[in-house]
Amino acid sequence: MNVQTLHTVSLNETQQRLLNDFQRHFPLSSNPYAEIAEQLGISEQEVLQHLKELSKQKVISRIGAVFRPHSIGRSTLATIHVPAIRLAEVANYISSLPEVNHNYEREHYFNLWFVITATDEEHLEDILNEIEEETGLSVISLPMLEDYHIDLGFKLCF
Amino acid sequence: MLLDHRDWNIIEIIQSGIPLISKPYASIGAKIGLSESEVIQRITQLQDNGIIKRFGIVVRHRKLGYQANAMVVWNVPDDLVSSVGKQLKEFEFVTLCYRRPRKLPDWRYNLFCMIHGQDRENVKEKIALIIEQCQFQHLEHEILFSRRCFKQCGAQYVQRKAIALDVANG
Repeated sequence: MNVQTLHTVSLNETQQRLLNDFQRHFPLSSNPYAEIAEQLGISEQEVLQHLKELSKQKVISRIGAVFRPHSIGRSTLATIHVPAIRLAEVANYISSLPEVNHNYEREHYFNLWFVITATDEEHLEDILNEIEEETGLSVISLPMLEDYHIDLGFKLCF
Repeated sequence: MLLDHRDWNIIEIIQSGIPLISKPYASIGAKIGLSESEVIQRITQLQDNGIIKRFGIVVRHRKLGYQANAMVVWNVPDDLVSSVGKQLKEFEFVTLCYRRPRKLPDWRYNLFCMIHGQDRENVKEKIALIIEQCQFQHLEHEILFSRRCFKQCGAQYVQRKAIALDVANG
């Protein structure tokens, strides 16, 4: 079997196909894993085993849905210029908010970037205000206005 | 599309992932009092209505050696932003492409895309390729490499009162 070593996790050929082919068009039928198995020419048990293994290795985050921004609730990408000395403190506070699901330090004057999701506009405003009050820093909110990209998943180059 | 409480129950579950068992949709249905075919039908409907952008395996690119992740921001004249956005999305290594507002004077960039690569050089090469192929030399841009990931969660608990959905980067 063709085993390729990547930086962190090595995948065999079956796992590569599994990851590349089922990020979308995932079967919506009674036995989806059996259907995948048939397409890959292996057993349902093997499919489940690979998926469990890849989940354990944290290569797979989950099998489920990615929702379109603003289709349910309101979300925004927000950024703050945080003085270096306060970065860890502010970042940890932001991460602790349940409404925040991505929080990254980036190389820029605006060095902290995070995504907030809320039930509606008012809830979103409340969180933005809360962050400004709590940190004493100003938050720039950059909600999506138009989505050009069709999410085809993440193409893996092996 | 109007969502009822059954849709919300399904959203809550498929947000964090379907189970790895032979009949996952039947098992979801059993939890929330729906038949397997109703669950499948409602997920299909959420997909057809564009509420679900993608349904399937969600991978963590960092684990697979795509260590460098850059947000590239462009300052595009307003009347050109749609056409530039549509050109960017054609590149297979562009994983998100959104128009966002400017917030002058602090923030002047109105087009955002994400590019993943094996390393920084690889990401820079991809950006150079875009600029050359699309002739974007006149467009001001900045590359914001990620330095530290403080939080990235896919599996968020969804409640109608406090939705924390994993939307595609807000």
